[in-house]
Amino acid sequence: MPIKSMSEYAANGEMPEVLFWVGCAGSFDQRAQKITKAFAQILDKVGIKFAILGKEEMCTGDPARRAGNEFLFQMMAYNNIHTLNGYGIKKIVTICPHCFNIFKNEYPALGGAYDVMHHTTFLQQLINDGRIKLKEGGAFKGQRITYHDSCYLGRGNGIYEAPRAVLEAFDNELIEMKSCRSGGMCCGAGGAQMFKEEEPGTTRVNFERAEQAMETDATIIASNCPFCMTMLTDGVKNKEQEDNVKVMDLAEMVAMSMV
Amino acid sequence: MEMRRNILLGRDEDLSDNKGQRWKNMLLLAIGQKKMFKRPIPALLHIAVYVGFIIINIEILEIFVDGMLGKHRFFAGLLGTDYSIIYSWLIGFFEILAAMVLVGCVIFLIRRNIIKVRRLNMKELIGWPREDANIILITEIILMTLFLTMNTADLVLQDQHAEHYLQTTPFWITGNFKGLMSGLSIPTLIGIERGCWWLHIIGVFFFLNYLPYSKHFHVLLAFPNAYYSKLIPQGAIKNMPEIQNEVLYMMEPDKAPAVPIAIGTEQEHKRFGAKDVTDLSWKNLLDAYSCTECGRCTAMCPANLTGKKLSPRKIMMDTRDRLEEVGRNINVNKTFKDDGKALLNDYITIEELRACTTCQACVEACPVMIDPLSIIMQLRRNLVMEESNAPQEWNLMFGNIENNMAPWKFSPDDRDAWTNDVA
Repeated sequence: MPIKSMSEYAANGEMPEVLFWVGCAGSFDQRAQKITKAFAQILDKVGIKFAILGKEEMCTGDPARRAGNEFLFQMMAYNNIHTLNGYGIKKIVTICPHCFNIFKNEYPALGGAYDVMHHTTFLQQLINDGRIKLKEGGAFKGQRITYHDSCYLGRGNGIYEAPRAVLEAFDNELIEMKSCRSGGMCCGAGGAQMFKEEEPGTTRVNFERAEQAMETDATIIASNCPFCMTMLTDGVKNKEQEDNVKVMDLAEMVAMSMV
Repeated sequence: MEMRRNILLGRDEDLSDNKGQRWKNMLLLAIGQKKMFKRPIPALLHIAVYVGFIIINIEILEIFVDGMLGKHRFFAGLLGTDYSIIYSWLIGFFEILAAMVLVGCVIFLIRRNIIKVRRLNMKELIGWPREDANIILITEIILMTLFLTMNTADLVLQDQHAEHYLQTTPFWITGNFKGLMSGLSIPTLIGIERGCWWLHIIGVFFFLNYLPYSKHFHVLLAFPNAYYSKLIPQGAIKNMPEIQNEVLYMMEPDKAPAVPIAIGTEQEHKRFGAKDVTDLSWKNLLDAYSCTECGRCTAMCPANLTGKKLSPRKIMMDTRDRLEEVGRNINVNKTFKDDGKALLNDYITIEELRACTTCQACVEACPVMIDPLSIIMQLRRNLVMEESNAPQEWNLMFGNIENNMAPWKFSPDDRDAWTNDVA
C-alpha cells in the first residue's frame, strides 16, 4: 500500500482530506509502528485521502517543554508550524495524545491553529457514520477488555467516552480498572519520564498501573498512546503475564475487526 | 492584608476574562463543592460541617446582639409570644446543625488520629500542620458543645421559672438532655448558662482571629480561588512569549525590534521559570494560601503512590511557607533582603520536581482548583533554562530532538521507513 507524503500531494497540486501526524514513537518505535500501520490501513480501507509529512515531520517538542526546555520546544514548534502552514494544512489526525494535546492547546498561541483529532475519536466517528464496519463476532467477541485512559487524552482534554464507544462496538465486556476516567492512574511515561530513569521509590509507576489492569482479569489492555503501550507492556512482562495479557492500541483492534 | 500583599508579590497574570464562566465555577465548586463528591463519605461529612458552620452564624448574630444590648434571646423577644414556636424551631434547627458539626468533627478527628487515613498522616504533616488540623476540629467541637450546654441549662432554668429566662418550647435536641441538669440550683444553672455563653463568644472571636494563620482559611479563599481557576483544558501548559519571540527573532531577524537595546540600559532580566515564590504568578500564591492540606492531590499522584518523594500537597505547603518567610523578611526590612534562600532547593528539591509525570491527577483531584503542576513546571523551567540542570538522559533527549528531530537517536531520513512494508 503506497502512502503519500504531503510534498507529493503538493507537487500534484492536490490536498488530502486529512494529515496523518505519525509522531516520533509511531515513526521509530518498532512496537508503535504497528499502531501506525494499522491506522494507515484503516484510513486506506475506508477510502480517506490522507497524507503524512514523512521526512518533514519533527518532534512537536512535547518532551522538551515538559522537561522544562522551553527554548527547544519553541524551536520545534516554529519549524513544525512553518511546515504545516506552508502546506495550508487545516485538518490533522494523530495516534499520539501528546502530539494531539500540543496541536489542540499549545500551538494555537504560536500561530498554528488546526482542526486536530486523536485517532480514537476519529475511529469512533467512522464507526458511527457506518464507514467502518466491524465483523459480526469478530476477534474480540466475549473477551474481557480493560481500557487505560492516557493522561493527555483523558484528564488533559476530557476525552473519556469516544475510545470506550469504539471498544463497546466490538460487542464484548469492558471492565473498568479501580482507577479510571478522570481518576485514572498515569502509566509513568509523561512529563518526559519516558526518557529518563524513574526517581527512587518503592515500585515503578508502570508496574503499579499494569497490576491495576491485570487485577481486572482482562486478557486485553486497550491503550490509545504509544508511550502508555510501552509502559504497560513492560509492566505486564514484569509479572510474566505477556502470554496471557496483550496490550493493544484501539487502532490495531479496529484494523483486526474490520469487514 | 498582609496575605494580600504577599499574594501580590507574585508576577502579574490577567485573569479578568470570561466572568460568566468564572462565577459559574465559583458557584459549582466553592458553594456547591462539586469536586468534593469524588470521595462521597468525607464529602457528606464536610458538607454537614460546612452548612452548619455557615447557617449557625445567624445564631451567632443573636448571641452577639444579646451581648451588645444586654438582652437575652433577643430574636425570641422580637418574634413575640405569638410566634415563639417559630423561634423554638429555629433554635432547634440550629441545634441539629450544631450536632451535625459536632459529629462531623469527631469523625474527622477519628479519621486523622485513630484510623489514620493515609493522606491525613503523611510525613509533610508532622508538626504544625497536624496540630493546626486538630486545633480546628477540637475548637469546633468545644464551640458546639458550649452552645448545646448553654441551651440545655437555659431550658432547665425556664422550667424553674428563673427571672429573665424567656419561656420557649423545648428545643429539639437539648430538650432531651434536661434530665442531666434538673437537680441543679438556679445560681449554678445560671453560672453554667452564662459561662457557656461567654466561653462560646470568646471562642468564636478566637477562632475568627486564628483563621488567617491557619490552613482553615480555605473557607474563605476557596471562593476567589475557584473564581480565578484555569479555564483552558488541563493538558495545556502556559506559553512563554518571551522565548517564543526570541526564537522568532532568531529565525526571522527582520522581525526583531528595530532599535537594539543598548547594553546597560537593558531591563532587568526576568528569570525564566521560577526559582523563588516571587517568580510565580499571584494565582499560584493564592493557591498556596487556599490549600487546606487535605492531600487529595497526593493521594492521586502516581509518583507518590509508588514511593517517590514528590507530594503535590507538599509543593503547596512549601510555597506558602516560603511566601510567609519572604513576607516576614519584608516586615522587618521594608523591602525583601536577600536571605540566601529560595523555594527551589531550600524547600522543594530537584528529586521531587523530576518525579512528576505531568499527569494532572493532582489538579483534577483538588476540590478548590489548586494547580500544583503549574508550580512544578515553572520550577522545572528554571532548573533547565537558568541552571542547565537536567539529568544526563534528558540532555541526550534534548540533543536528539535538536539534531535528529526526535527524542531518540534515529536518523530523520528513516522517519517514513515504516511506509515500506504496510500491507
